[in-house]
Amino acid sequence: MIHLDQVSKMYRTDRIETTALDNINLAVEKGEFVSIMGPSGCGKSTLLNLMGLLDEPSKGKVELDGVAINGQGDRALARVRNERIGFIFQQFHLVSDLSVADNVEIPLLYRKMSNKERRKAALSALDRVGLSSRTNHFPTQLSGGQQQRVAIARAIVGKPRILLADEPTGNLDSQMGDEIMDILEGLNSEGTTIVMVTHDPRLAERTNRTVRLFDGRQVQ
Amino acid sequence: MIKNYLKVALKVLARRKFFTFISLFGISITLLVLMVMAAIFDHSLAPHSPETRSDETLGIYQLTMRGKENTQNSDPGYYFLDRYARSLAKLPGVERFSIVSTPQTAVSYLGGKKIESQMRRADGELWKIMEFEFLEGGPFTPEDESGARFVAVISETSRERFFGGQPALGRTIEADGQRFRVVGVVRDVPTLRFSSAADIWVPISTSKSKLYREQWMGGFNGLILASDEDHFPAIKAELDARLREAERNLPDPKTFQTLTAGADTLFEAHVRKVSPGNTEVIYPGRAKAVLFLLMLLFMLLPTLNLVNINLSRILDRASEIGVRKAFGASSRTLVGQFVVENLVLTLIGSLAGLVLAGLVLSALNASGFLPYARLALNYRVFLYGLAMAVFFGILSGVYPAWRMSKLHPVQALRGRSV
Repeated sequence: MIHLDQVSKMYRTDRIETTALDNINLAVEKGEFVSIMGPSGCGKSTLLNLMGLLDEPSKGKVELDGVAINGQGDRALARVRNERIGFIFQQFHLVSDLSVADNVEIPLLYRKMSNKERRKAALSALDRVGLSSRTNHFPTQLSGGQQQRVAIARAIVGKPRILLADEPTGNLDSQMGDEIMDILEGLNSEGTTIVMVTHDPRLAERTNRTVRLFDGRQVQ
Repeated sequence: MIKNYLKVALKVLARRKFFTFISLFGISITLLVLMVMAAIFDHSLAPHSPETRSDETLGIYQLTMRGKENTQNSDPGYYFLDRYARSLAKLPGVERFSIVSTPQTAVSYLGGKKIESQMRRADGELWKIMEFEFLEGGPFTPEDESGARFVAVISETSRERFFGGQPALGRTIEADGQRFRVVGVVRDVPTLRFSSAADIWVPISTSKSKLYREQWMGGFNGLILASDEDHFPAIKAELDARLREAERNLPDPKTFQTLTAGADTLFEAHVRKVSPGNTEVIYPGRAKAVLFLLMLLFMLLPTLNLVNINLSRILDRASEIGVRKAFGASSRTLVGQFVVENLVLTLIGSLAGLVLAGLVLSALNASGFLPYARLALNYRVFLYGLAMAVFFGILSGVYPAWRMSKLHPVQALRGRSV
């Protein structure tokens, strides 16, 4: 499903070149739940960004469903992200000016859908994460766990086949973290492929397999 | 999608009240000035009573005689207009031709009080080209003109001055040492309408001296009413031919050899008046371009201000931009979103500008600064305002929108700007 072939990512600032990822080879197959672990700054988020087409590798090839995405234009990449990938961020990244339902609708704004269809899909996604009673609330009126559940609803509203979660429980206490993990496991059991960055070995144990990074290199 | 954009736009505006106030203040003041200027232009140039057919009317407002060493430039004289221009009325598509004097100050004394009025002398055709609003009576006729009858049409302000606002029909006024019987009272004509404004209109033939009949230069305008503006080129060409004929009969051929005049629309007439030096050829297209450029320059400062404010918002919106990109918004879509947001801001600002412009125009009307002006926000001025607001919104929105849309999604999600 996602294939990274000898992928490296370098950042250049003035004369300094930093290697964030070095020669990564990774394949994530359909229906897998993969966790990525490693110390801070080892390149976990960079790897996730490359898998989510938010960034381009400096070297190597990224394939999604057998199609190389390197060099594709902004519009083509945007369409792939919209149709196939959902993102969950540690900081939730909800738009504070929009209601819960409006936030969840965001991915659908970039599809040809009527307002009614969009709202129906958003309510269904919110129901899936147990927040159907909070549709008209604003993000600041919700707890951290509820905000992350809104973010999950936003990630799944477009029915993507891949979910990329960057430390989805990083800002939550363990109970809320478990709740989020339960939701992710449920989605995975329904066939969604999930790649999750985490620091928490306890959560990583609940995934099918763990990819470990150290200093930009894949160590396991 | 637009609904979502509008929600965000209004929320963003409400969130940053000070910046929003500064932006709206700049936009509303800019558009206020532009709309007041547009209202003055509209009042001067667009069809308004009595010049309801100004779009189909050409005027000969200026005549230039040139010799090797001398140039004489003024309003045309009655002789020139009567002898060489009047026959333009016979051209296909020409409905009327009228000769009317430029306004002259006429002094009257009423009970020891001095009254100064602007008086025009006109033939009877003027009333068929212009549609004055008669409050009493009617116009004088071509027969009044040919019979040199001492009749007058006066404005409502003249009625107030001479008769204390009482009915004036059939009563007599004294102006410039002559007495006239009032046959009509018309609504005041704004002085901005330079081809029709006056306080008193009387037949040309009542002039004290008949010398005007022999004068090539000075004191009169010719008005040509066509059935539509498609006939303008033929009328202009025919006037040129008449000028060539007139050149062969100039009164002082040793001093003056060439004649120049134009059959001008109101806009062309204004351009001719302000054209420095050579008035033989005017460039209304260039004049419009200059006006547009001036408008742009006037908008430049508030535009730069708004661009700057919009750019400063990038940091505020970085996370949202990152999220939208992650979930499938292309750069082009984001440009569209931010331009829409800016248009919302400018439309709110222009609405405030519109209200302020209405107040300023009312104050201008009441002040008498532009005599008899009835400046108003009619649909044309509103459309100018709307067009300017949209133009302003796009002008100040596209660059910040482009910068915002170019944010790298990863950087944006980390809350960093460009």
